[in-house]
Parts: sequence; C-alpha cells; structure tokens
Amino acid sequence: MAVASLSDVVVTTGSFPLLSGVNLTLESATTYVITGPNGAGKTSLLRLLAGLEVPSRGRGTVLGFDICSTERRELRRYVGWLGHETSFYPDLSPTENLLFAARTTGADVDLIPSALERVGLTHRAKVSLKLLSAGQQRRLSLAWLLVRRPQLWLLDEPFASLDDEGRDLTSQLIKAAQSSGATVVLTSHGALPAETNATSIVIVGGRIVESAT
Amino acid sequence: MRLVLLVAQKDLLIERRSRVLLWQVAPFGLMTLVLCGLAVGPNASTQAKLAPGLFYIVLTLVALLVINRASQLESSRGTATSVQILSIDPGAVFLGKALAMFVQLSIVGTALLAGTTVLLHVPLHAAIVTLPVLLLATATLSLAGVLYGRIAASSTNAGTLLPALALPAFAPVLIAGERAFSSLIASGPLARWVWLLGVALAAYACVGLLLYGALEES
Repeated sequence: MAVASLSDVVVTTGSFPLLSGVNLTLESATTYVITGPNGAGKTSLLRLLAGLEVPSRGRGTVLGFDICSTERRELRRYVGWLGHETSFYPDLSPTENLLFAARTTGADVDLIPSALERVGLTHRAKVSLKLLSAGQQRRLSLAWLLVRRPQLWLLDEPFASLDDEGRDLTSQLIKAAQSSGATVVLTSHGALPAETNATSIVIVGGRIVESAT
Repeated sequence: MRLVLLVAQKDLLIERRSRVLLWQVAPFGLMTLVLCGLAVGPNASTQAKLAPGLFYIVLTLVALLVINRASQLESSRGTATSVQILSIDPGAVFLGKALAMFVQLSIVGTALLAGTTVLLHVPLHAAIVTLPVLLLATATLSLAGVLYGRIAASSTNAGTLLPALALPAFAPVLIAGERAFSSLIASGPLARWVWLLGVALAAYACVGLLLYGALEES
C-alpha cells in the first residue's frame, strides 16, 4: 500500500526551484534513504513529505492527505520529524518541551519518562535545553518520536552530530520503527549502518534520478 | 480553551526562565519615563498635563520590545519546524500568545503607571481609576502585537520591520488610551475612548483569528 504518492511536484522558493517534477511512490513498512550532493533537494523533499512545503505545481498525497491543500496541516499530526537543527524551545527543559508537545497533540504523557530514559537523557531531563550539546538535543527529538509513535518517520541526517553511542541508539530506533510497521524516510550524506536495509532514492538538482533497492 | 492556556503557560514559563521582562524591558521603560520627565522640565503642572501622552508612548515602546521577544521564541528554523509539526490550532496559538503577552504588558504597564504617578505628578486617584482602561489598552496591544509580530517574523529583518509595521496600527490604542487617561485627570469625556479601545480590541481579535493560520503557513 502506498504511503505517499507524488506526481510531477514542483516546489519553489521565490523563482528558485527546490524540487522539479518529482514523481515518487513510497510503500508502507519500508525504509528509504535519500542521497545526493549538497543543495540537491533532500531536505526539501523530506519537508514536502511532512506537509511543510507547498507545491507550486503537481499533486500528491501523503498518508491519504492532499499535500496541495490545507489538509497538509492535518498530515503533520501523523508524521515524526527529526531535523538537523535544534528543535523545541531552548529555554525549556527536555521534560517541559515534551510535556508541551504531548499535551498540545494529545500524545500519552506517561510515555515521556521512559522515552527520555531510552535516549539517555534522564539525568538531563530538567536542565535547560540550551545547556545541552547538539547531540543531546537530537536525542530529545528522538525521544519525541518515541512518545508520538508516528506512522511516517522523516529523519533529516539522523546520524549527524551523534557520537558512536548516539548512532547505535538511532539505528536501534530506526529498526524498532521498521519492525513496528512504520515507514521510515531518511536523508544521508555518508554510508548508513550496514543493518539499515533501505531503498535508495538519489536526488540531484531537485530531480529524482534513481530509485532502487 | 485548554490549548490557549497551554500556549500561554509555555510562553510565560519561558519568560520566567529568561527574565527578559524583569531585567531588560521594565528597566528600559522606567529609564525612558525618567528621561521624559527630564525632557519636560521641573514644572509639576506641565508634567501632569503631558503625563498621559508620555505614559502611552513609553508603553508602546515597551510593547514593541515584548512583541519582538515573543516572536523570537519560534524564530529559529528548528524550533519553527518542530512547532509546525505539532500542528496546533492557529487560533489557539494566536490567543495563547496574546494572553501571555497581555500578562507581561499588564505587569510592566502597572509598574510604569506607578512610575508615571511618582515622576510626572499624576493625581493618585486618576492613576487608580485608569487601571481598567490600561488593561483594555494592553489587551488590544497584545492582540495586535501577536499579529504584527508574526508578520514581521517572516522577514529576515524582523527587528526593524516590526516598529514600521506595528506603530501605525498602535495609533488608535495610543490616542484612545491617552485621551481616556487625560479625561480621568481633567474630568473630560471618557466613554467614547473606551468604546474606541473596545472596537480596536474586537477588530484585532477577529483579524488575528482569521489570518494567523495563513501567516504561520507563509
């Protein structure tokens, strides 16, 4: 069953094209890795799948939501996002950030302590986020994915800024998502851990040039 | 309503942590009031006559700082994206942020009013009875502030764009607040100015609820 289907989608910022004529179908319970050079459109494609970019042409659905209409706002509720920038509010602690996110989305707040423990942030749970390292802040985003339990995981450079332990943890979480039947789409510059069984999507200049297992 | 309170609680918690209001905004407002007093000169009756206008100008400048700070909370790309992904109802975000801003502006506004009473020789009874008008004015400034803060935040020059956008929109609040305060000091007509503030409040609330979602998406 297709989780996402894009047909001739164009995304621009001003007059500059980020994605040009993208055709793509993503199957459920499958892992995809998007590769390509800097500025190729990897993050833009991921943002499009998250309902964060508005197509200027073409059509597409993700998780049954039309990304060309205001339905994309509803889509975001079912998507898990891991960006490569600092997420959440720097002045709040990991616990406060997760509580705010869970309460506003109706996620289960009881999962927060175990999620923080799983990503190794229990001892930093009450420290202001701005005092944590970049790697620890990314772990918080992973903790949110564990609380949210999304159907579609969108991970932008998930192994960046992480130490060996963090990379192992991220690999474990991706495998757990795969085994739970979620669809995982991630971007990567470098080689993925060998056990990450993924379908490759190569993007260059905003166009998908290859899609193969 | 629950979402409105959650958003307001979050913004106020961030403010409590950063203490920008206490250590930067309030001192700026009080220093500006002192400078206004010095600029007007030592004549007590002149100071009292000009006090309402000076008070509302200072309050407007303080409001710009609070709005700028509030709109910066989600200005980094990572924070903005993570908040967008939560897909919180835009109307609740608009009202929640306005509520948090109203609490902050009311606290600073009351401190500034006390400062105006002492420094610019405003009669105490006039300062006390103008408090409800002040709260109405700060509520209007908060609603307009969240709206214009959001518009300015989409620009890379938000800090300089905000005053250019917001000051003309604040003019009705400034004029009505100043006229109402003057009327309470000199026993003039009050109702029309309170009415103007009420209309501005309702207008900004409606426009904000209608447009905030579209502004977030842009």
